[in-house]
Amino acid sequence: MKRFSSSALAHGLLWQLIGTLFGAGLITGIRAIMGLELTAKFFFTEPAWVLGGFIGAISFLFGSGVTSDWVKWARGIDTPEHHEEHYSGWEKFVNVSLDHKVIGIQYTIVALALICIGGTFAMIFRTELAASQLQFLTTDLNLFGQNGPQIYNTLMSLHGMIMIVSILLGISGIINYVVPLLLGAQDMAFPRLNAFSFWIAVPAAVLLLSSLVLGGFDTGWTGYPPLSSRAPVGVQMFFMGVFVAGWSSILGSLNVIVTVLRMRAKGMNAMRMPIFVWAAIATSIIAMTATQFIGLAFQLVLFQRLLGMGFFDPAKGGNPVLFQHLFWFYSHPAVYVFILPGLGVISELLPVFVRKPLFGYRWIAMSSLGIALVGFVVWAHHMFTSGMNEYLRVPFMYSTLLVAIPTGVKFFSWVATIWQGKITTPTPMLFVLGGIIVFLLGGLSGPPNATVSTDLHLHDTYFIVGHFHDTIFGGFVFPFFAALYYWFPKATGRRMNETLGKIHFWLMTPSFLIMTFGMMYVGLLGMRRRIVDYDPALGLDTSHLVLTICGFGIAISVAIFLYNFFNSIKNGEKAEGNLWNSRSPEWQVPSPMPMHNYDQPFEVVGEPYDYGLEGSQYVKFSSAPAKSKHK
Amino acid sequence: MRHFVAVGIWVIVLAVLTYAGINASGLATQMNPVVASTQAVSIDSLWHGEMVVLSFLFALIVAPITYSLVVFRRRKGETGEGVHFEGNTSLEIGWTVAPLVLVVVFAYWGAYSLGETRRVDPNALVINVKAQQFTWTFEYPEYGIISKELHLPVNQQVVLKMQSADVIHSFWVPEFRVKQDVVPGRVTEYRITPSLVGDYKVRCSELCGTSHAYMESPVIVNEIADYDAWIAEQKVIAEEAGKTPEGQGQLLTVKNGCVGCHSIDGTPLTGPTWLNLYGAEVELTDGTTVLADDAYIAQSILEPNAAVVKDYPSPSLMPVFALTDEDIANITAYIKTLK
Repeated sequence: MKRFSSSALAHGLLWQLIGTLFGAGLITGIRAIMGLELTAKFFFTEPAWVLGGFIGAISFLFGSGVTSDWVKWARGIDTPEHHEEHYSGWEKFVNVSLDHKVIGIQYTIVALALICIGGTFAMIFRTELAASQLQFLTTDLNLFGQNGPQIYNTLMSLHGMIMIVSILLGISGIINYVVPLLLGAQDMAFPRLNAFSFWIAVPAAVLLLSSLVLGGFDTGWTGYPPLSSRAPVGVQMFFMGVFVAGWSSILGSLNVIVTVLRMRAKGMNAMRMPIFVWAAIATSIIAMTATQFIGLAFQLVLFQRLLGMGFFDPAKGGNPVLFQHLFWFYSHPAVYVFILPGLGVISELLPVFVRKPLFGYRWIAMSSLGIALVGFVVWAHHMFTSGMNEYLRVPFMYSTLLVAIPTGVKFFSWVATIWQGKITTPTPMLFVLGGIIVFLLGGLSGPPNATVSTDLHLHDTYFIVGHFHDTIFGGFVFPFFAALYYWFPKATGRRMNETLGKIHFWLMTPSFLIMTFGMMYVGLLGMRRRIVDYDPALGLDTSHLVLTICGFGIAISVAIFLYNFFNSIKNGEKAEGNLWNSRSPEWQVPSPMPMHNYDQPFEVVGEPYDYGLEGSQYVKFSSAPAKSKHK
Repeated sequence: MRHFVAVGIWVIVLAVLTYAGINASGLATQMNPVVASTQAVSIDSLWHGEMVVLSFLFALIVAPITYSLVVFRRRKGETGEGVHFEGNTSLEIGWTVAPLVLVVVFAYWGAYSLGETRRVDPNALVINVKAQQFTWTFEYPEYGIISKELHLPVNQQVVLKMQSADVIHSFWVPEFRVKQDVVPGRVTEYRITPSLVGDYKVRCSELCGTSHAYMESPVIVNEIADYDAWIAEQKVIAEEAGKTPEGQGQLLTVKNGCVGCHSIDGTPLTGPTWLNLYGAEVELTDGTTVLADDAYIAQSILEPNAAVVKDYPSPSLMPVFALTDEDIANITAYIKTLK
């Protein structure tokens, strides 16, 4: 306990609390001088909460010590180039580390924690939806100053945004851990910035969750004004949480791009990079250039509420539809940020388990960039019914359907990769295959939303909910699990239990497929999104009960995974060698990975995926890799 | 070669099975709720075309994967690697160009179908729609009728001119297939030609706040004769009501959407009921009680936050209404009658 209370995490959280109280107190003091109201429903007034939340987040960063090297430099004090690790075991992960592998794991752990929180929220409202009428989220409930339907709205909205943040942290986790290893680099290009990108996500998550107890917000994760400009103060915490989390995304992707451009091993030209690196680059380009727009959109509403600026208030000449353009200009490309790394994991792992070269390497690499670029010009397909200019709907339909082409290239290339392989199906491969099938369903349920006239029916129904859960599970969740099962031995020197892994897969996959089919089915029959209750006359009670049961199936499977994950760290079967018989450089050295990665530098001398070609080599170490000193 | 023949057959079988499955769940030829507008016909036919092509594409990917998993799996004790080939440029070009053709076809079809749904009949009947948290109000400007139900004549194009008093709502009747947001600060248009007599519901499909789920109102498609009868009946009611203060008050409560949140029969809605309200002692959030007299009702309309009833959200969700003293007196007269 003492070791935790002296950790960077505990210090940061304490300072965030102090900072929040200080900021809120400052505004309250100024208001006292000006003779304004000092308290409101949730103790402080809204301006006090906003400044408090903002100063709290900054205080976290200083309190946790992630900025201390920069502060020292500013004061003219030198610091050592490499930080020696002071901690071992779990303490490494609650303190500031500059090692990209530790940061990758930190990201992953926080992502898993957020998946649990967001998933719990989903289970709560999924239970409410199991039958029509209100079951337990009733109108006479009063929790955190919210009645049942309002709690439903808050949980549904937070489920969306918490999961989005957890996905962003999850992909950062995999990219951080894996990309420098694939490149043969010692670390990321900017280790301190890397630590900063991770640590700033923690106060962001705290801010997001704090909205739950500050009246919540009933706007969905999209936060459309004027609804969001009338929502309780919780919506401000949500806006600030997203704003702060955006910094993590922008700075993290900047780091990835520089690392890939500058730190590749000798001989690793663009077309000899592991394919996952291409996906990381494509996703980073989007995250670095688009994230600003959601921050901006939310910031404008924040100012509208706080300062009365009528950006989106028609009574003051504002335009509510403008918000939707700004919002989706990020939030559509964002879904490609979520899926591209996952598709990269699929492309990276498939050759290992089918023992064949990746079919059409260049085409797959270019298709990632293609998806990223097309993704920037399709945003208004979220707004076909919004009342924007009618004729604009047609060009956006064309651009949206175009996404099918680079995505199709990936699918066909994967099929050709699997064709005539020597296929084995350990747990990571099961999740790769599951990811392909589920993402295919997500892709195929897309065109009916893209063609405007059918979308007029489908928009804002459960069909959309089913569609995007398919794309996100296929594009992120399944590959994320595949990556965790696959690289777990690299990080720990032990492997996760295969039997539990297979139970995880065979429970989650059918549950998920039935759930999303069911969502699309009820959506077509008239089930709207984001409703706490549905008309019993629609006759959807049975379908919804099945949906809820399947939801719990997924929850149980994830619980099994978590047990397997944390239990295997100490008790898993030892796996120090090249467990998957991979050609990739990180598997040519013993696990767990030594502290500063490769003791001997390597040179790229061949193609990355030449499985089945006699005598071919991908990397050559300058002398036989010495056994790790840092055991 | 025999692999290609086998997998080709499997693709066709799986495509047929997939389509049959979608059809069995009733979702192939139409998006399930009954077709109740002419616009829905062209939308459903595009949907059907998509289901056919998507069933094939599904099989095209899934069939070779499942085939490979069975035929090319590593058998017990088997060693060695897969067949070594790295790519094939003509294939890649092929599966880039073929989908491009499909994209152009479907985009054309989609644009055509959109055009069909927007086809304008110059004789369309105009109805004004007002959306506000959490009610729909329908005004027939030709007849001076205001209604909480939308009555439409069959086989006659109507154009709804929609306005929102507060946040974004969305007008959706699943049987009509078409949906249009109602955005504050502008008038959006919803054009529909009902084709099937029946009782439907408009369901608000853009999240609009706490009671969004309940923002539903009846939409009734009538035969022309029944529609004319309804109009005539409503005209009489409106004329009769206009003659007394409580009648005018009742019209005002419908027109302004008051009764969307305040029931007149004791049903609990977003706001307190008006049944037996006048003259009663009302308990407030601050613990005090107040007598519900003319002054209290006037204050509640003009300053909804001044005295919020116990157990209701504070600050109040109720928008401010700019009503004249005469309007308020009429509404009060109407509330007095609710015993």
